[in-house]
Amino acid sequence: MDILQYVIDLVAILLLALGIKGLSKVRSARGANQLAAVAMALAVLGLLIHYLGTSGISVAAWSWIIGGTVTGGVLGAITAQRVPMTSMPETVALFNGCGGMSSLLVALAAAFYPSELDATGMVAVVSIVISVFVGAITFTGSIVAMAKLQGWLSTPAWMQSKARHFFNIALAVACLVAAVDLIAKGGVSAQGLWLLVIASSLLGIGVTLPIGGADMPVVISLLNSYSGVAAAAAGFVVGSQLLIVAGAMVGAAGLILTQVMCNGMNRSLVSVLFGGALGASAAASGGGGEYTNITSCSVEECALTLEAAERVVIVPGYGLAVAQAQHTLREVTRSLEAAGIQVDYAIHPVAGRMPGHMNVLLAEADVPYEQLKEMDVINPEFPATDVVLVLGANDVVNPQAKNDPNSPLYGMPVLDVQQARTVFVVKRGMSAGYSGIKNDLFELANTSMVFGDAKKVLGDLLGELKELGVGKK
Amino acid sequence: MDSSFVNALWVLLLGSLLGLELIGKVPPTLHTPLMSGANAISGITVLAALTAIIKSNGSIPLLVLGSVSLGFALFNVIGGFLVTDRMLAMFSRKPARKENR
Repeated sequence: MDILQYVIDLVAILLLALGIKGLSKVRSARGANQLAAVAMALAVLGLLIHYLGTSGISVAAWSWIIGGTVTGGVLGAITAQRVPMTSMPETVALFNGCGGMSSLLVALAAAFYPSELDATGMVAVVSIVISVFVGAITFTGSIVAMAKLQGWLSTPAWMQSKARHFFNIALAVACLVAAVDLIAKGGVSAQGLWLLVIASSLLGIGVTLPIGGADMPVVISLLNSYSGVAAAAAGFVVGSQLLIVAGAMVGAAGLILTQVMCNGMNRSLVSVLFGGALGASAAASGGGGEYTNITSCSVEECALTLEAAERVVIVPGYGLAVAQAQHTLREVTRSLEAAGIQVDYAIHPVAGRMPGHMNVLLAEADVPYEQLKEMDVINPEFPATDVVLVLGANDVVNPQAKNDPNSPLYGMPVLDVQQARTVFVVKRGMSAGYSGIKNDLFELANTSMVFGDAKKVLGDLLGELKELGVGKK
Repeated sequence: MDSSFVNALWVLLLGSLLGLELIGKVPPTLHTPLMSGANAISGITVLAALTAIIKSNGSIPLLVLGSVSLGFALFNVIGGFLVTDRMLAMFSRKPARKENR
């Protein structure tokens, strides 16, 4: 019977690994995700078979299993179906937080009932401490991240001051004291346990709350990695090697992904976690500055220029996602394409609200996948481009990143839109991007600003294009 | 006990290395789905929750803790896989439709 479970576990691990591997290629991604889901089902099946063959599963246990399965599964399925694509970062944060909560609860169960779960001895106690600590941080951190992205929560002023560091250090010390107390007493310290739960929960809030909205995806990715660590620790608690492998894989993969995201934003992980919002420091160091030479133009002029173009590149950004204008954008590009104009989309690695999010949003609006060009592919093509339409993007098109070694943005990979013949920037006002840094692009002679909400401007643009008869046969 | 702990540490090490190795070069397009998919896999704590329930030996608090934990984990797993599938379906659909034109 044990052999059967080993085989099932091995197959499940193999499928999970193949799943993660496949998720990193566009063509295989969907199948890989399904493969990982099958692996998970297999792992559960293996576990049930193992216990049916050995100790058996009582009727009471079955009913509680079914109760938990139905509640969690149905809620999860409903959430997954209902949530709009624009709220994807929040959704991942919510799911992730629940995974952390699950590890936390299992660790608590093992701490209170060590004999039932064979969770005695030093290894078990240390694993319980880690699982509780990481699980609680993952849960509260993810929930705060979700609330901030949804706009339900803003950062209180004292959390942005230096005082927050003392607050967090005090909490970290409290966690350490509780952990030492628990380990010294071999796990039988209810006070120590509750202190650990409360202090690490507050620490999760204290660390996540000051982080700016634009950095939040990095935090979510990091918390995702933590939830893997928490799962691996829970694996040590209940003695499941499958859990340890899967948890470790997610933990390591999440860490790499976090690093990749940081590189794309030219931010170090340390500055994301401890630097607070970037805007404050940039403004203080004089990175701001007034705009002097702005050319603004009407939607009508923009439409006339577009009509005369042969090659148009769209640069979608965060603002487009906020205005939820991707469908209107698709209609505009449809009419341009119908007029024989070549349209491409330049996707900066961190466009949207998290890396890859823009691709999902545009795919939802029916934009053909081949038209989405990555930065390295599209950059050499800008000199041959007639019109660039920048929609709600700012820092990712700032030429300062290439030209000004003193700029905080210097070194960040950017789209070289200024090399195109004409650049239109659709923007609500002259406010700075999330970095708080002035954008030299806006003052260039070939740049015109079109002020207004992205969705409204695109709607008007569509109307103007129709009047001009663009795209009509 | 000791040898099983050492084994578990090996498993941890190899699992981490595997995770590092698997995410070599991911196109930015897939960051969001990958994060979401990996997130669903971290819901593997269902196994720990199930173990807690099965080994509860009739203890009600343990059954409740295990069951709530199972609910949270499955919310993560089912929701995570479905939402990832929803995202990826949008990518894979496009080229197919284009061929039909």
